[in-house]
Amino acid sequence: MTLLEIHEPGETPLPHAGEGSLAVGIDLGTTNSVVAIARESVPAALHDETGKALVPSVVAYPAAGGVLVGDAARQLAGTEPKSVVSSIKRLMGRGAADVHAVAGVLPYEIEPGTGQTDMVKLRIGGKARSPVEISAEILKALRQRAEEALEKPVERAVITVPAYFDDAARTATRDAARVAGLEVLRLVNEPTAAALAYGLDKGSEGLYAVYDLGGGTFDFSLLRLEKGVFQVLATGGDTALGGDDLDRAIAERMLAERKRDGLADQVDEAAVKAALALARHMKEQLSDRDQTSGRLEIAGTPSFHALTKSEFDAMADALVERTLGIARNVLADAGMTAAEVQGVVLVGGSTRVPLVRAKVAGMIGKPPLTDIDPDEVVALGAALQAEALTGGGDTLLLDVTPLSLGLETMGGIVEKIVPRNTPIPVQLAQDFTTYQDGQSAMAIHVVQGEREMVTDCRSLARFELLGIPPMTAGAARIRVTFAVDADGLLTVSAEERTTGIAQRIEVKPSYGLSHEDMADMLYDSMDNAEADMTLRLLTEARVEARRSLLALDAALAKDGALLSTEERAAIDQARAAVEAAMAGESRDEINAAAEALETLSKPFAERRMDRGIREALSGLSVGELENRVGE
Amino acid sequence: MDHFARLGLPAALDLEAASLDRAYFALQRQWHPDRFVAKPPEERARASVEAAALNDAYRTLKDPLSRAVYLAGLKGVELPGDGKTIDDPDLLMEAMEAREELHEAPSGEAVDALAAKARDDMNKAMAGLGSLFLANDRPAIRKTLLRLRYLDKFAEEARARRMNLERSRA
Repeated sequence: MTLLEIHEPGETPLPHAGEGSLAVGIDLGTTNSVVAIARESVPAALHDETGKALVPSVVAYPAAGGVLVGDAARQLAGTEPKSVVSSIKRLMGRGAADVHAVAGVLPYEIEPGTGQTDMVKLRIGGKARSPVEISAEILKALRQRAEEALEKPVERAVITVPAYFDDAARTATRDAARVAGLEVLRLVNEPTAAALAYGLDKGSEGLYAVYDLGGGTFDFSLLRLEKGVFQVLATGGDTALGGDDLDRAIAERMLAERKRDGLADQVDEAAVKAALALARHMKEQLSDRDQTSGRLEIAGTPSFHALTKSEFDAMADALVERTLGIARNVLADAGMTAAEVQGVVLVGGSTRVPLVRAKVAGMIGKPPLTDIDPDEVVALGAALQAEALTGGGDTLLLDVTPLSLGLETMGGIVEKIVPRNTPIPVQLAQDFTTYQDGQSAMAIHVVQGEREMVTDCRSLARFELLGIPPMTAGAARIRVTFAVDADGLLTVSAEERTTGIAQRIEVKPSYGLSHEDMADMLYDSMDNAEADMTLRLLTEARVEARRSLLALDAALAKDGALLSTEERAAIDQARAAVEAAMAGESRDEINAAAEALETLSKPFAERRMDRGIREALSGLSVGELENRVGE
Repeated sequence: MDHFARLGLPAALDLEAASLDRAYFALQRQWHPDRFVAKPPEERARASVEAAALNDAYRTLKDPLSRAVYLAGLKGVELPGDGKTIDDPDLLMEAMEAREELHEAPSGEAVDALAAKARDDMNKAMAGLGSLFLANDRPAIRKTLLRLRYLDKFAEEARARRMNLERSRA
């Protein structure tokens, strides 16, 4: 890989005036945001007058009026804390119900009257504002920075989102861009953008991994590079994992040390904040030295704390091991081994921790790629894609769905229609049928997640296909189609094939799956894979047995007279045995009882069939019969 | 258009991964929605449909088992839907015994051994498919594919079991 050259501010080769509006790449981050532009496949982050590329993702609505973004907004936190918002990305596409869960952690005041299914609104600076509006302020500031640096209007952008962002969060991000006057050319997943930034050298081919450890989230993606094609093979992650956990561990250790030394602290919010700030500083120091120390002052009482690199590594070890476990699962999903990975790209500030670098190198067996600043790499990749989309390059980005999409079927089982890691755009269909005679409607329940049972997955939408003409159970053919577009947005439609009755729905949940939920759902599916499988098989056996009982009952009601009293008694007994087995927990017993019933009722079925044929043939002349046979 | 024709490949059981990739990438270069960002809506819609069909074809043909099932379908061999009861008594017996063995496997190593045997059986059955397709022996193709599908599922169950054993030990 060639090293990317990033120019000094002011020396960046800028596009010439006289061309239309420009397309930029934007990393809209939780903590910091970056805007970048690519010219002839050379991307560069756009700096402010002091040479800084990072814009803190902080927005303030000061009492004096106006809106501040970035460092200026952050400075207001001391004097007007209630007018300052940070980490708004965590609330993108989320409903009020989701936000109450984090309200204790984040200094947000939720607008009263926000409904459970509406997107949440926050009360800031005396006004209710949505995460879309607040994010739009950050995007406006980035757009303005770009226009000043490039001296050209900027109206189009590629914006990056976490691989795990769901439908609602992606839609919210697009909406925020629209509010900021930017047309979104494409939403690109962050790890994919990072790989793009490294993939400039067209000579590099093979399997690459992106290891992205941020403050609070972890993503691992596997991509294949081939002659300008970036093919995402698999992706996975956990949003309850990040560098903030390390800060917390160090802070807790210092507070424990104070307690041990007899300092009776009131551990209030200010104390925790001070301990965390010092912890972060000490953590950063240990990136290039073997030991560090710091002075912590709580309520006027100072204490001194030392931390060695090996002590810190011991704290970080469990966290890093968890990330490697996820990485191994993603490799298994793609059917690959660590030895096949040719390079691993590090993204996110937390990858500056030496232990992270060493352990990742150990797993892959090669030193990680760190040429590009991990804070800027995502924006640089987005800039490259913006250039490619507006006619510049011939890079091709083939992305996948991060979570499985499916439907609820009988017994609350999930039937997966689009498995996770399916390349997008994609359109997949599956046929379903009615369960009962004369069934005139079918409930379509769309869910997202990896678990086998609906109750363990996230509900995305419900609708009903009505007006199915009366048919015997199993005769209707209802085709349900899932279409996922290149931005990862889903549309579901259903159609009864024998009559052409169709219904279509755009799945746009009013609030979506939280980033954390998605990771939890993935994690859960690994934890519960075996129990889930057993439960699914048991439920399937029950549904199957119920279906055959329904069919038998219908046949008995119609043609019961074909049976002798003894035969009927035997069938009733076997039927009762199936019912009893269904009440139990053994799928083998259910299957055995169902099979016994089927064997026993076989002569009955044959007699019914014979009678059906006789009825069909009765009253026909020999000539007609010959015609029939000849057909 | 069937998946093979869509990718311009011969409808065959054996398909080199590299030639499948080559065909897929070349057509995606032509049809991926990213190439149509500045085009009129109807052209964009057309591209999206084409790209989706290509992805479906690629996904189906990439995995050898799903490719074999698809090819068998083209030749008129119908398999029961996924998750339905196995209708082959020999296979049913094999499946029940194997599942019992898996359930009683005392250690990760024992689970691995069962998984390895399943993979081995899969490879053997896959190797035998070619001549069955040549002879167009539909009943035998059907029987073999049902068994392969079961073995594939068993390997997955073993993976889950393995993970559970590791977790409960940790």
